[in-house]
Amino acid sequence: MLKSKTFVKKTRSGGVLKIVREHYLRDDIWCGSEVCKECKDEAPVLQADACIESTLCVSPHYLIPDTNVVLHQIDILEDPLIKNVIILQTVLQEVRHRSATVYKRIKDVVHDKEKHFYTFTNEHHRYTFIEREPGESANDRNDRAIRVAAKWYSDHLVKETWGRPLKVVLLTNDRANKEMAEEHGLLVYKCDEYIKSLIGNPELVDRLALTSDDQNDITGSKLLFSEHLPLSRIQAGIKNGVLLQGTFHANRDNYLEGTVLIQQDEKDVTEVLLQGLQNINRAVNQDVVAVELFPKECWVAPLSVVLQDDGPNDEDAEEDEAQNKYLQILTSKSIVRKPTGQVVGIIKRNWRPFCGMLSPSQIKEATRHLFTPADRRIPRIRIETRQAATLVGQKIMVAIDGWPKSSRYPNGHFVRSLGTAGDKETETEVLLLEHDVPHQPFSQAVLSFLPKMPWNITEEDMKVRVDLRHLCVCSVDPPGCTDIDDALHSRELENGNIEVGVHIADVSHFIRPGNALDEEAAKRGTTVYLCGKRIDMVPELLSSNLCSLRSNVERLAFSCIWEMNHNAEVLNIRFTKSVINSKASLTYAEAQMRIDDTNINDDITKSLRCLNKLAKILKGQRTEKGALTLSSPEVRFHIDSETHDPIDLQTKELMETNSMVEEFMLLANISVAQKIYDEFSECAVLRKHPSPPPSSYDILFKAAKSRNLVILTDSAKALADSLNNATIESFPYFNTLLRILATRCMMQAVYFCSGMDSDFHHYGLASPIYTHFTSPIRRYADIIVHRLLAVAINADTTYPDLMDKHKQAALCNNLNYRHKMAQYAQRASVAFHTQLFFRNKGIINEEGFILFVRKNAIIILIPKFGLEGTVFFENKDKPSPDHSFDSEGPTLTVEKHTFHMFDKVKVTISLDASNIQHQRIRMALIEPVIPGVSVAVGESEPEAKKPKLDR
Amino acid sequence: MAGLELLSDQGYRLDGRKAPELRKVQARMSVFAQADGSAYLEQGNTKALAVVYGPHETRGSRSKSLHDRAVINCQYSMATFSTAERKRRPHGDRKSSEMSLHLKQTFEAAVLTQLYPRSQIDIYVKILQADGGNYSACVNAATLALVDAGIPMRDYVCACTAGFVEETPLADLCHVEESGGGTSLSLALLPRSGNIALLQMDARLHQDHLDTLIEAAMTACKGLSKVLDSVVRQHLKEVSVLTRD
Ligand SMILES: [Zn+2]
Repeated sequence: MLKSKTFVKKTRSGGVLKIVREHYLRDDIWCGSEVCKECKDEAPVLQADACIESTLCVSPHYLIPDTNVVLHQIDILEDPLIKNVIILQTVLQEVRHRSATVYKRIKDVVHDKEKHFYTFTNEHHRYTFIEREPGESANDRNDRAIRVAAKWYSDHLVKETWGRPLKVVLLTNDRANKEMAEEHGLLVYKCDEYIKSLIGNPELVDRLALTSDDQNDITGSKLLFSEHLPLSRIQAGIKNGVLLQGTFHANRDNYLEGTVLIQQDEKDVTEVLLQGLQNINRAVNQDVVAVELFPKECWVAPLSVVLQDDGPNDEDAEEDEAQNKYLQILTSKSIVRKPTGQVVGIIKRNWRPFCGMLSPSQIKEATRHLFTPADRRIPRIRIETRQAATLVGQKIMVAIDGWPKSSRYPNGHFVRSLGTAGDKETETEVLLLEHDVPHQPFSQAVLSFLPKMPWNITEEDMKVRVDLRHLCVCSVDPPGCTDIDDALHSRELENGNIEVGVHIADVSHFIRPGNALDEEAAKRGTTVYLCGKRIDMVPELLSSNLCSLRSNVERLAFSCIWEMNHNAEVLNIRFTKSVINSKASLTYAEAQMRIDDTNINDDITKSLRCLNKLAKILKGQRTEKGALTLSSPEVRFHIDSETHDPIDLQTKELMETNSMVEEFMLLANISVAQKIYDEFSECAVLRKHPSPPPSSYDILFKAAKSRNLVILTDSAKALADSLNNATIESFPYFNTLLRILATRCMMQAVYFCSGMDSDFHHYGLASPIYTHFTSPIRRYADIIVHRLLAVAINADTTYPDLMDKHKQAALCNNLNYRHKMAQYAQRASVAFHTQLFFRNKGIINEEGFILFVRKNAIIILIPKFGLEGTVFFENKDKPSPDHSFDSEGPTLTVEKHTFHMFDKVKVTISLDASNIQHQRIRMALIEPVIPGVSVAVGESEPEAKKPKLDR
Repeated sequence: MAGLELLSDQGYRLDGRKAPELRKVQARMSVFAQADGSAYLEQGNTKALAVVYGPHETRGSRSKSLHDRAVINCQYSMATFSTAERKRRPHGDRKSSEMSLHLKQTFEAAVLTQLYPRSQIDIYVKILQADGGNYSACVNAATLALVDAGIPMRDYVCACTAGFVEETPLADLCHVEESGGGTSLSLALLPRSGNIALLQMDARLHQDHLDTLIEAAMTACKGLSKVLDSVVRQHLKEVSVLTRD
């Protein structure tokens, strides 16, 4: 093996450092082609018969894309049609440097065996390495390196021609690069001309990203936005404090407004308000941007108005100006001002493919159309397609390519179609994609790690486990639950104390660290429950069968067993792997019935009664310590078993047994958290719930004050007590409303690694330490906790990543992200099913309460459906009623009627399907009667379309 | 953006080596006529100079001498210009004292000290340029210098580092790889017997990985011993040609 050596000298700014690195050049890097006999590649990737049929290049050929082609046309490269591509190391490195997402995607493509993508390590190849010449920019050097490698390839392969010559095609969109490559006798095409020449798939053209050359002719010459600063000036500006770096968050309700969150240090986050399209300056939600603050006298207050960008589907800048003016008027009235600024540059784009619908141009033959994303925080995107006629009415995916300063909308391209809009499957797919929920069927690799059926508990299993099959264990779950991960038992001991056991499905027995099954579960992080659909974290064989603690079958469990006295004080605690045989799988209602029915006195019932009694004591203790009981209406659908349409919806009812099970799960989680933290202080996976900043309680104070009540928020205990006392006799629902509001003030609970954090406190549960142990079938965090606990009690072996706090922290981040997204997906699914329900039901009149008061609207909660909706007092088409807003109250006065928070109102609810993409529940006021605002009762026949319930 | 990718998917490291490959080693013996033995060694960009005096009578206080074997005295230093940033390096700072101690331990295990009771062997090593694996370059240079001085040893002492990236052990780390996070292990081996003269690791590593890492370091050391052996033979050939005339 020959190693020759050359030096690459690099100087880095910031003190003159001379950095010398070795750079070895090799002669054992193969070209990777099947044709080549010279190279000793054992498994060549590139096919001999590389036929992509193109009118430009008739003979078989390999493609070499340059960096910009990979960065911008990744959608094309991912298409199954494109095969036999050589990705140069130079290109890969540049891509890695410029976009993490594209880098990830191109790597996935390279790993796909079907695609025949070959990575050529040209920078270490003896003949393709080049040194940067004096005066040559890094970019030019890389372009040259790409040309040299392409040249080497074509010369190398020419030697091996049999029959038809095998060619190498360089794809670039850079004119200068193309010319120079042609001079060297290379076959080089612009990306779009090559794609257009392909015979196989004409639709591919739609997916072409618009390149900078094309953008000029697509938009007018009028400059709408100010130029973004170059990165070097941004960095200088941030360094000397003139500019601030932060993440842009578009306002969901008002497209003319957004905030930039600036992370100054560990905990301190400041918000900068942006108003108007010019100041937002082409920032898209989640982009990392540089902002410049305005002088203090120009600061404004955020508007609590709801504005949606629903102008006509063609260019229209004038109307926007009108809207901007409208903004100005509202602005001048404000009192409380916030730091305000404008975006001067983009540091990092965070674009992903967006789901949404085409809003076709009114001109029939036009190929340029606007695309409206489902996510309202994303601006509309202009795309070019010839299939507009077929795409109308479908949900499609579109990627943004760029946003020139002369264009009102960003430019993008069509990626793929998802199906007909309004379809349950399509909509579910959309909401899964929009919330980044991995939902593909499990791969063969994953399934290969499942236990072979028929599965039995073996002798070896019994040897290392405690046999608890004789115990009277039962499970209590919601009806229809097939993934039962917890079961309980209690019995009286001879010494008069009580033994209580919580038995959790032993998932970590089946999912071994590091295999494909484990990795998939770790990636998914959680099972996602949508209405009528469940996206499992682990394959069904485990979730609904082998791990599920069903009754009358032997199952492996991880048990947590306490000895308690009759005051529910824990005297002794034991963790063990076990084998159980559940005696009954009950629903909450069944368990409740057994407890209440004094005629039943079997073992299960006695055990349940005892558990229930202890749970009440435990709950009392917890409340005493300041645990919060917050309610939020949870909606449940009765789904027609045949059509899977929702036929009725009701808010979930909570029974005593719900809280009984919950109480013991909390106890188990806390006990396990303490145990794993004692054992592994550096790498325990725990869960914390930070106390909210005092300012977030403002709305709660105001709401209580309006009824002459006081809410204290000094501590969780004070809050819990004052919430308990805040009742109004004539208004029983008031307290619930207050608690719903309090829920909205709370922070998110998150997983974290104990070695990376010092604050462990769980605010909501008033516990100094907490983790998740009790649902390993549907949460990955619990599997990790199981593994930690198993190591702690010497029941299982450890493995490297389990003890690595950085890896654990990274895992926690992913889990937190997945949980958040799952929650959003769930809400979106409920919203969609609510719409389906109202589509079938027609119009309904219902009572509700005002939850929030906004500047031009009130938000109403309908307790019966757990439904929230907005009543607007402003309308584009007709003159809006006279209204004034008082932010102190907060109250809104409309035509002499003043709305307060928590006022009782009557509304009519219907489905507004005028915008097929954002179908929404429309609420209109019936009571109080305000002339010109409220509508009359009886415009509808509520029961007209009610489906047959009893058949 | 993201840090450096220490090992690419194609299995190449930053400088183009594959995981188990060593850097280029070049060495010369008898670089100084005055000393009893001397050697200059380059391991990639790490360059070390070793000089050996002795065995000779114990200098300084007699009490230091041992009645049954020779004392080995090691001194390690780094040149001010050896790193990218120029630093004054006072003698006897904590790092170099530690390194001196490690070298002393290594060579006590290899040199047949019992042949020279009540005497002393001095080994001076200086790093002229540092690019990772300073300890191993010193050991390898000192071995050559000891051979040059004609001091009997059990075997060559070969040292090499190994690191652990992406579940793959990397042999002979350069500076970027050493500072890129992750574990680095230094190992000094007597290749023929397979005995380990010194093993050192500062970062945490899971027990499961230790064996593969030691295995990789040992293979690298054995590779190095072949290189050192050929250097010695080449040197002997040159010397014998000279002496024949
Ligand atoms: Zn070849």
